[in-house]
Amino acid sequence: MDLDLLGPAEWEAVRLSLRVSLVATLVSLPLGIFVAYALARWRFPGHGLLNGLVHLPLVLPPVVTGYLLLVLLGRRGVLGEWLNETFGLVVAFRWTGAAIAAGVMAFPLLVRAVRLAIEAVDPGLEEAAATLGASRVRVFLTVTLPLIWPGLLAGAVLAFAKAMGEFGATITFVAAIPGETLTIPSAIYTALQVPGREDAVLALVVISIAVAMVAVLLSEALARRAARRIAGA
Amino acid sequence: MTLSVRIAHDFGAAQLDLAFEAPGGVTALYGPSGAGKTSVVNAVAGLLKPGNGRIVLDGEVLVDTQARQFVPVRKRRMGYVFQDGRLFPHLTVAQNLAYGRSGASPDRVVDLLDLGGLLTRYPARLSGGEKQRVAIGRALLSGPRMLLMDEPLASLDPARKAEILPYLDRLVAETKLPVIYVSHAAEEVLRLATTLVLIEDGRVIEAGPVAEVAAHPAIAPVAPNAPVGTVIEGVVGARQADGLTEVAAAGGQLYLSGDLGAPGARVALHIGAEEITLAAALPAAVGAVNVLDVTVDAMRLSGQMVTLGLLAGPDRLTARLPRRAALPLELRPGQALKAIVRPVVQAQRLPYPLVE
Repeated sequence: MDLDLLGPAEWEAVRLSLRVSLVATLVSLPLGIFVAYALARWRFPGHGLLNGLVHLPLVLPPVVTGYLLLVLLGRRGVLGEWLNETFGLVVAFRWTGAAIAAGVMAFPLLVRAVRLAIEAVDPGLEEAAATLGASRVRVFLTVTLPLIWPGLLAGAVLAFAKAMGEFGATITFVAAIPGETLTIPSAIYTALQVPGREDAVLALVVISIAVAMVAVLLSEALARRAARRIAGA
Repeated sequence: MTLSVRIAHDFGAAQLDLAFEAPGGVTALYGPSGAGKTSVVNAVAGLLKPGNGRIVLDGEVLVDTQARQFVPVRKRRMGYVFQDGRLFPHLTVAQNLAYGRSGASPDRVVDLLDLGGLLTRYPARLSGGEKQRVAIGRALLSGPRMLLMDEPLASLDPARKAEILPYLDRLVAETKLPVIYVSHAAEEVLRLATTLVLIEDGRVIEAGPVAEVAAHPAIAPVAPNAPVGTVIEGVVGARQADGLTEVAAAGGQLYLSGDLGAPGARVALHIGAEEITLAAALPAAVGAVNVLDVTVDAMRLSGQMVTLGLLAGPDRLTARLPRRAALPLELRPGQALKAIVRPVVQAQRLPYPLVE
């Protein structure tokens, strides 16, 4: 395949997609770990509700998720207006908004992977660490985290791939503005609307497939390592 | 040291409602599987919050449900040795040992438990017995106020058990830490314990010095076949012309056979109850080399046997003799006796001079 098929606009979409997905993954990681830990280890009122809320983007039509984000974070949105007035922060129709949409859509995958990894860790090991005088934070950092590390990476890779492919919520929330919110899927969609752009479409499709394949293979390899590690290799 | 435990907890399918005192030394919680022994130890460690109760260690309240007091696990400084070891699989033996961060040098514990050759290995590359030795070492190195051992040998086959027992003897003699030892195996319990707490269906059915409790029907059926004994510490002295070695124990001089090491070496002596004979006074000529002055601390009659708890200075000994042999002694608590100890005892070398 000849990469010359990609014009500057397409290259911009690839760069933007990578940036949006990376930021979405890195920012949602700490929150994802916290939510996964809470779901795996704690019993509290609203446990089921939180679980449902986390999974909602997975089952809702992406357009609905995008619309809800718009209502919530749009310039006149419930939170958006307050953010704008207090911090001068606007995310609607910005690349940061695209990252939020991608992050929300990828969140369930991230939480599921991390939760599975945490549930595979024997709570007895965490108890043992506590009897040795370790605080909760130290137990997490020195016992739980190292044991879930490969599972965590696998979850992050999956979330990144999901973010790369996000389309419905993104285009609803932040539209498809070249250089700002026009990610690979939006670029493919836009190019398809114009006759004679089939080469660019093909190039972007191949890039999408390559990113997805690498992500899935990497994720599975890391998951295997996680299993070996917890078995005590 | 006194640990006072009174707890009640409702597990739904089972109830726990018991109280006992552990006066230092080795206190064994003995009873069938599922009796609630592990729950008691978990409550002492802080891993179980009892529905109701009070746990006090040397005047410090660890749990008081009425006063809403609960000292968290990490602040209790209980060295917990779990049945399944619970070594951190992603850390080497050396890193596992260092996890407790007491700041103490690991050298002494590494010597005591012979861990020197294992330090760079990961737990997956250890045998069951080695894992438990590392788990004991890790607990010791956390600077604990007492040791909680929950069936530390239950997951091991007989050969591995036999491999660990000498280390337990060394541990008890060396560290002088109070130990709560949970087991459903009479031979383990009677071999080491000074205090015995019998637990069944979440209740204490009897508790007290081993000599008194060992005759209880819950343990007596297995007790006659199980070697009862205690562990004391001694310092090796000069080797005698007849091949015996002089050993100084807190309760007096002993002359023992076997290779005990160079003069000055410290040894853990496991003295079996059957290896002690008692006399009210010594005849002018006696065919024995080891005679200790002891006083009777506790006694219990079971069938044809009498089990006695004896104090030899600060050391506790347990003796067991036929009723017929005990009758002429007219035994009563506080009585002074001569204890004749056979020169053959199990001795384990201890590392480093003890620094009190």
